[in-house]
Amino acid sequence: MRRLLPAPAILGTALLLAALAAASLVIGVGDLFARDGTSGVSGLMLLLASRLPRTLAAILTGAALAIAGTVMQTLAKNRFVDPMTAGTGSSAALGILLVTLLAPGAPIALKALAGSAVAFLGTLLFLRFARDLPPTEPFLVPLFGIVYGGVVGAIAAAIAWEADLVQFLDVWMNGEFSGVIRGRYELLFVTALLGAVAFWAADRLTILSLGRATAVGLGLDHAAMLRLGLVIVALIAGVTVVTVGIIPFVGLVVPALIGRRVGDDVRRALPLTALLGAGLVLGSDILGRLLRYPYEVPVGTVLGVVGAAAFLAIVLRRARLG
Amino acid sequence: MIRISNVSYAIAGTTILEDIDLAIPSGGVTALIGPNGAGKSTLLSLIARLLPLSSGTITLDGLPVDRTPTRALALRLAVMAQEGSVASRLRVEELVGFGRFPHHRGRPRAQDQAAVAEALALFDLEALADRFVDTLSGGQRQRARVAMAYCQGTDYLLLDEPLNSLDIIYARALMRTLRRIADDRGRTIVVVLHDLNHAAAHADRIVALREGRLVADGPTGEVMTTATLQRVFGDTIPVAEVDGHRIALHFV
Repeated sequence: MRRLLPAPAILGTALLLAALAAASLVIGVGDLFARDGTSGVSGLMLLLASRLPRTLAAILTGAALAIAGTVMQTLAKNRFVDPMTAGTGSSAALGILLVTLLAPGAPIALKALAGSAVAFLGTLLFLRFARDLPPTEPFLVPLFGIVYGGVVGAIAAAIAWEADLVQFLDVWMNGEFSGVIRGRYELLFVTALLGAVAFWAADRLTILSLGRATAVGLGLDHAAMLRLGLVIVALIAGVTVVTVGIIPFVGLVVPALIGRRVGDDVRRALPLTALLGAGLVLGSDILGRLLRYPYEVPVGTVLGVVGAAAFLAIVLRRARLG
Repeated sequence: MIRISNVSYAIAGTTILEDIDLAIPSGGVTALIGPNGAGKSTLLSLIARLLPLSSGTITLDGLPVDRTPTRALALRLAVMAQEGSVASRLRVEELVGFGRFPHHRGRPRAQDQAAVAEALALFDLEALADRFVDTLSGGQRQRARVAMAYCQGTDYLLLDEPLNSLDIIYARALMRTLRRIADDRGRTIVVVLHDLNHAAAHADRIVALREGRLVADGPTGEVMTTATLQRVFGDTIPVAEVDGHRIALHFV
């Protein structure tokens, strides 16, 4: 009676994502079909160097952020936590800032690693604090997370101010895809690997969300599993923040939507979570490209508005249900 | 056989358990009773390696619980802690199915599915199998959690207050089911109970604690006397015999 993956939903979301990807490839200021474009850039060149990388980056980032949200929620045993707004994202930005200060020429992979290391510590500290919040008040955890993330972000801002790196920090703090071109996003493929690790550990993650006593009773090394989950979340944060910057609320909205229908069995939910996360971020990026065409609204701003509204809707809906 | 020797436990200088020596034989239902704060849950958690053992030893069929790999223990002992809520949105069938995790480690096989089906039937959960746990009543959720522990298929089944939030019919049904599991399947069941009369009606042995000390340990009939209950609860509880059952009249 092992439940199968929700195949129709997965297929539907995959088709939607494919349509969005096709749209993303043709939408933009440059004309893909111009014989010799006014800018002297051929359509194929534009496609391979800019549109395709941008589309892939949005898909990978969206999937990764949604997965990170799911994992973070099992760690915090709270379904309203989003790593990007709960301090993991700003911790990663702080780490990247610090390595940029100490070793300005460091390769991007090293910056991602430094970001991940600080994100790991920052998230660990957050979970430490969150553990002492009353479990009867589930909304305190995400609200505390937003404050905590704000504090870490402020520390990073102060350091950036002193070091005259405010513009750099802005790039990491506000996610956007307009700078993504071939050669500057490939690190994001690491997140696909992390997603595979999360899927491999899916049953263990679900058990983790049932609490320590249940996890130990079922023979899990609880501390080791917590560490693995933290590493997945921190690495996703480090890699995505260094390549595209912080994109808020994906990790909250997507698991919340899927949790209602499919439930919290991570193995069943994860494929759909990844697809929907990819669709949400890619769709938001396309929206950002169209809103003030030919200018762009950063995807982080779009999702800041869309995500915050969705977050409020979830909170209010739950408050109404009691 | 669960053997507990010289076990003491303290939290921040406050003694919770003091010098417990106890042997729980294999098979049958053993009820753990005592007033609030007696240390029942702590003792259960120590046996189930949910708390670290600081002094003394606890062995399960000769295996020291604090030094045996936790995966190996999970195949011999299942525990339902008094954890309260299940925060995750899982279906009843999924929750119960996670009881099989120690056996399949993520890849359930036919025998795991059969075990889940059996547990759902045994605890009268078949009609609720597709419901999300967070939509159930407290009693239904409690039954699902007991079924999950049972589904782990271990020789030892430890339950901390499984009758919490069950109505009288389901409480009795659960105790009968536990009795049946012990009798037909030879499982050893250790259960923390609040209500003396459930212990009296269904347990083979009663272990009584008071303020962290072992006060009584013996066959149910021997413990269910006014004199012994006086020592356990520090108050007079008349015991009557109705249709061959000892009943503690603790409400009069």
